Amino acid sequence: MPHPSARPEREPAEPVTPPAPPDSPAPGGPGDGPGGLLAAIFRYQSVVVILVALLGAMAIGAALIRYQGVNPWYAYETIFKQALFTSDGLTRTLAKTTPLILTGLAVVLPLRVGLFNIGGQGQFLLGAIAAAWAAYQTSALGVLAIVVGVVVGILFGAMVGSIAAILKTWRGVHEVITTIMLNNIAAGIVWWLVTGPFQAPNAGGIPQTHEIGEAARIPTVAGIPLGFGVAVVLALVCAWMLKRTTLGFRFDTVGKNRHAAGYAGIPINRVILLAMVFAGGLAGLAGALEVHGVMHHFEPAIAGTLGFDGITIALLARSNPLWTIPAGFLVGILRTGAAGLQFATGIAPEIVDLLLAITLLLVSIPVLGRWIFRSRAHKVSAASTSWGS
Amino acid sequence: MGAWVARNKWSVTLAAIVLVAAYIFYALSSGTALSMYKYAWSYAVPLVLCALVGVVGERSGVVNIGIEGQLLVSAFAGFFGAAYSGSLLVGMLSGIGCGLILGGFLAWTTVKWQMDQIIAGVVLNIVATGITSFYYKPGQVLPALMPHVSIPGLSSIPLIGEVFFKGTGVIALVAIVAVVVIHIGLFRTRWGLRTRAIGEYPSAADTAGINVIRMRLVNVTLAGVLAGLAGVYLSMDSTSSFERGMSAGRGFLALAIMIFGAWRPLRAAAAALFFGFVTATASQLQTEQIINVAPQLVGTLPYVMTLVVLAVAAGKVRAPGAVGQPFVKGDKS
Amino acid sequence: MSTQTATGATAAKSGEVLLDIVGLSKTFGKVAANKDITVQVRRGEIVALLGENGAGKSTLVNQIFGLITPDIGTISIKGDATPVKDPKDAIARGIGMVHQHFQLVPVMTVAENIVLGHETVRGGAFLDLAGARAMVRELSDRHGFAVDPDAEVDDLPVGTQQRVEILKALSRKVDLLILDEPTAVLTPQETDELLGVMKDLAASGTSIVFITHKLREVLAVADRVYVLRHGAVVGEVDDLTHTTTTDLATMMVGRSVVLSIDKPPATPGDVVLAVTDLHVKDDRNLEAVRGFNLEVRAGEIVGVAGVEGNGQRELVEALAGMRKVVAGSITLAGQDLTRANPHQTHHAGVGHIPEDREKHGLVAAYSIADNLVLNEYDQEPFAKSGLRQFGAVRENAVKLRDEFDIRSAGVEQSAGSLSGGNKQKVVVAREMSFGPRLLMAAQPTRGVDVGSIEFIHRRIVEARDAGAGVLLVSAELDEVLSLSDRIAVIHGGQVVAEMPAKGADRAQIGRLMAGDH
Repeated sequence: MPHPSARPEREPAEPVTPPAPPDSPAPGGPGDGPGGLLAAIFRYQSVVVILVALLGAMAIGAALIRYQGVNPWYAYETIFKQALFTSDGLTRTLAKTTPLILTGLAVVLPLRVGLFNIGGQGQFLLGAIAAAWAAYQTSALGVLAIVVGVVVGILFGAMVGSIAAILKTWRGVHEVITTIMLNNIAAGIVWWLVTGPFQAPNAGGIPQTHEIGEAARIPTVAGIPLGFGVAVVLALVCAWMLKRTTLGFRFDTVGKNRHAAGYAGIPINRVILLAMVFAGGLAGLAGALEVHGVMHHFEPAIAGTLGFDGITIALLARSNPLWTIPAGFLVGILRTGAAGLQFATGIAPEIVDLLLAITLLLVSIPVLGRWIFRSRAHKVSAASTSWGS
Repeated sequence: MGAWVARNKWSVTLAAIVLVAAYIFYALSSGTALSMYKYAWSYAVPLVLCALVGVVGERSGVVNIGIEGQLLVSAFAGFFGAAYSGSLLVGMLSGIGCGLILGGFLAWTTVKWQMDQIIAGVVLNIVATGITSFYYKPGQVLPALMPHVSIPGLSSIPLIGEVFFKGTGVIALVAIVAVVVIHIGLFRTRWGLRTRAIGEYPSAADTAGINVIRMRLVNVTLAGVLAGLAGVYLSMDSTSSFERGMSAGRGFLALAIMIFGAWRPLRAAAAALFFGFVTATASQLQTEQIINVAPQLVGTLPYVMTLVVLAVAAGKVRAPGAVGQPFVKGDKS
Repeated sequence: MSTQTATGATAAKSGEVLLDIVGLSKTFGKVAANKDITVQVRRGEIVALLGENGAGKSTLVNQIFGLITPDIGTISIKGDATPVKDPKDAIARGIGMVHQHFQLVPVMTVAENIVLGHETVRGGAFLDLAGARAMVRELSDRHGFAVDPDAEVDDLPVGTQQRVEILKALSRKVDLLILDEPTAVLTPQETDELLGVMKDLAASGTSIVFITHKLREVLAVADRVYVLRHGAVVGEVDDLTHTTTTDLATMMVGRSVVLSIDKPPATPGDVVLAVTDLHVKDDRNLEAVRGFNLEVRAGEIVGVAGVEGNGQRELVEALAGMRKVVAGSITLAGQDLTRANPHQTHHAGVGHIPEDREKHGLVAAYSIADNLVLNEYDQEPFAKSGLRQFGAVRENAVKLRDEFDIRSAGVEQSAGSLSGGNKQKVVVAREMSFGPRLLMAAQPTRGVDVGSIEFIHRRIVEARDAGAGVLLVSAELDEVLSLSDRIAVIHGGQVVAEMPAKGADRAQIGRLMAGDH
C-alpha cells in the first residue's frame, strides 16, 4: 500500500512558503495574512478533492485490471515496487519525473495568464532534437557541450511556444488549435530529420541521431539525476516568480481579468508572449535534459506522451508550480512501474494512459468538490481559459 | 433563390470560378483530375462532418475541442465493433453510439456543470487517447469492405457526379446531405433560429421562454452522431484498419475549417474541399516527382495550412457571441 | 419640480386584480433580497416600484417573470396561484417583461427577435418570416412605433431597441407588462414618449409594473407606488396627487436626502486637459468620436452630458490610453498623450474611474489590497527591484480603507465579494490616492447605493478643490447638472454645446442630447 501514503509524504515539503491557493477563485484571495486561514481551508479542500479523485481513479483502474484477469492489488504493488524499491528504480523514476515536472510547468505558466498550452509535445520534440544536434556538433567542447545543448534546446522550445503566442496576440487565433497544429508539424519535422539530414549512419538504419559525446552527458549523483534537481529548482523559481515578483502579478492579473490588466497598463501581449516563451523554453529544456541525461541521442519516441502528461500534471497541480513536483513524481512512478508491470503480468503499459485519463477526468470535473463538500461557493474548476481572443 | 444569390454573390462567383476551372482541368486530363478530386473528397469527408459538429456546437454556444477525441473513439469502436461482431452494421452503430456518448459527456460537463469548455474538450481528448491506446489489439480485420454505391442518374454527370455519387460510400453521401440539411436548418427553421439565439445571446432566448440548457444539451449531444460517422469513415471506409492516434489532429483541422467557413455549413464544406484539394495536389506533385520534398514534410501540409488559414481568417469572421460561456439561469447581462 | 397630478388616476381602482403577491420572501445566501412582500396590481393600472439600487426591485419582478423561484409566498396571476415555473409559463399567463439590459439578439433582425420563442412555422419546421414581418409591421403601426422589421437590432439606436422589446412583449398578448428601469438609457424626450406609450397601453387595459429610482417619472405616470427598501415594502402611496419628490426620496432612503450637492464655487486654474479634434473608432470599427474638442481646467468639474452610445465610452477609453486615437490630439498639462498607453497616461497623472468597474476596474479574485495598487504595483514603495513589497501594499490598503470608508472584513478580502458601493469605493480610492492632475469619472455612481453616491460625490468635489481637473461622464443628467461646474453636451461624438452648470436649462440640454440643435 505504498500509494496512498506516497503523496502525503511529499506534501509537508512545501508549506515552507505561505499557502498560495491555486488558481481557483477562492474567496480568501491570495493568502498572505489573516485571510490565510480561510485560504488554508480551501487549499485543504482542494487537496481532498485531488486525493479523492486519485483514489477514485485507482479504484476504477483496479476494476479494469481485474477485468484483464490480474489481481489489482498485485498490479499496483508491482508498479510501486518497481518504481521505488528496486536497485535503480528510484533513480529511473526520478529521471522520468524530470521532464514531467518541466512539461507540467510548461502548462502551468500559460494557464496563469489564461492560455492553455497543449503544445508541450512539439516544444519538447524540437528542443530535444536541436539539443542533440548542437551537442553533437560541439562535442569538442567537452562538458561545455552540455551548456550548448541545453541553451539551444531552450531556444528552440521557446521559439515554438512563441509562434502560438504571436498568432494569438497578433491574429487572435486560439492557442489550443495552434499548439496542436505545431505538435503535428514538429512531429513531421523531426521524423524527416532523423530519417534524413540528422540520421546517424552507424545506427543501422534506425531513425535516430548521433550519440552525443561522453562528456556531454549529464550524470546521476548519489542516485539522483542532476536534471531532476534542475526541474525541482525551476518549479520553486516559478512559484516564487508568480508569488513574489511584479512579473508574477502581471501574469495573474492578465489571467484573472484581461480587461483590468489592460486598464492597469499591463502590456498584455508581451505578458502572453513571455508566458509562452517560458513555457516553450521549459518544454525545450525538458527535451534537452532527456537527451543529455537519459537517451544521449535523439529518436522520435523520446517524447512518448510527455506533452499530454504535462496537461494532466498541471491540472492535478491546480496550476500551482510547487504541486507539479508531487504530481510529476506520481506520474513518474506510474510510468516507470508500468514497464515492470508488463513484465510481471502482461498488462500493457498503456494502462497508465487510462489511469491518468480517469484521474484527469475526476480532478477536472467541478462537481466532485461540490459532492464532497456540498458547498455552492467553491468552484473547483482548476482553471478557466478563453475562447476567441 | 435570387435573393440568396444576391446576398452571397462573392461566394457564388468564387464557387462558379472554381467549378469552371475544375471542368477545364477535367477536360485537359480527365484521369488525373478525377483521381485528384476523388482523393480530395475522401480527405474532406471526415473534415466536413467534424466541422459540422463544431458548427452545431458553437452556434449553440459550446466550444467543442473534444471532436478529436470523439473521432478517435468512434473510429476505434467502429472498427473493433465490426471486427469482433463480424457485422459492419454493428461496427457502424457502435461508432455512432460512441460519438453520441462522448458528445453527451461534453454537453453534460460544460452545460450542466459549467466546466470550462476548453478544458473539458482537452480532457475528453486525453481520455479518448487513453482508452484507445490501452484496448488497442493489433491484427484485427474488418469482416468485409464497406459497401459503395452509385446513385442512378446523378452518377453519370461528368466530374461532379463521378466524384460525389459514383461508387461512393454511404457516409460520404450522408455528409453531403448533412451539410445541406444543417445549413437550411440553421437559417430557415425554428430550430435554427433558436439555436443561433442560444449561441449569440442565451439570456434573450431564455426570457423568450426557450430552455437554453436543454437545447444546448440536445444539440451538442446529437452532433456527436456526425463525429461518430466521421470516425467510422476513418477506420472502416477510407481505410480498413485502426491505428493508435489515427485521428491525427483532424478534429482540430475541422475547427479551423469551421472558422474559415465563418460558422456556416456550406462555406465550411467548401473550405474542407479546399483543404482536400491542396493535399491532393501535394500528393500528386509528389508522386509525379515534380517536387522533391520528403514525405514527412508533405504530411505536415494540412497543419501548416491550418495555421496560415487561421492567421488570415481570424479577425475577418465573427464567432457566435456567447460561445465558450456557460449559461447560468437568471444571469442577464 | 412641482408635484404633477397623476393623470392615469382615471383607471378604475376597483378593477379586476390581475396580480396579487402575498408574503413573498427570497434569500440569497445570507442576504434577504425580498422580505414578506405584498403587492397588488389591477387591470389597466400603472404601478411603480420605487427603490434605490439593491432594494430588491429586480428580484421581485424576476420572481413574477419566473426567472427566480420564491422561497415562500404566493404570486397569483388572474386569481391563479400556481407558482410561475419559468419565463415560458409567465409568458403563457400573459406577463411580458422588458429587461434593463435588452434581451435582444444583436445579429438578428427585428422580426426574428420578436417571434423568437413563439415562431409560426410552415411544414412543421420552417420559419414563416414573411408572416412575422407582416405581424411586426401591423403591430408597430398600431402603436405608432415606426420600426423596420428587417433592420438588424445591432444597427438600431437604443430608443428603438426598447420599442422592439415592447413590441416583443405586446406580440404575445400581454395583460401585465413589466418594465425594468426603462428610462435609464433614454433622452428626456424619448423618456416622455415612453411615458406616453405607457399611458396609452394602460388606457387600453394593459397593466404596467415599472421599476425606477427616478422620482419625477413616478409622479408623471404612476397610479400607485410601492416603495422598497432593504428588500421590504416600506411604503405604499395610493394617491399621488399630494406627494412630492422629497416625500418619495425620504421613504426610499429612510432618511431625508439632500438632492443637491453643496459645493463652493469653482476656482478654475490652468488648462489641464486639452482635447483637439479627436477621432476615435468603436469596437465595430465605426467612428464613434468625430471631432471632439474640450478643455478642462485645474479646479473645475466638467460634466459631459449625453445619451449613452454617443461616443462617451470611446472618448474616455481614448483619454485613458486604452483605445487608439485615429486623429486629433490629447494634451495633459502640455504633455502630448495622443499615442500614450494606459501605463503612460496613469503616470502622467490621469486618474480613471472606469465605466464598467467589474470588467476594467477590479480583479474580482484579488484582495482589496492588491486592487488598491492595481496600476502602481510595480512602483516604489509597493515594489523594489521587481519584488513586490507586501508590507507596503497592506499599509496602503489599511490607510485607504479607513480614508474611503470601504466596509470589508479585512483588506485581504476578495474584491469580488464586496457590495457595489464598496467596490466602487475601492476604485475611487485607488484613482484619487495618487494625486491625479486629471480625474476622469465615467458613470461613477452607477449601481451604487445612495450613501455611497453621496460619499463619492463629496470626494469628487474634494479632488476638484485640491486642484485636480475633473471630467465627469454620466448618463444621469441629474448627476451632471448637480455635480458639474461646466457642462458639455455630447451628441454623435461631438460637443454640440458648452455652458456653465449654474442656470443650465434641463429641457434645453435634453434637446441638445437628442441632436436637436
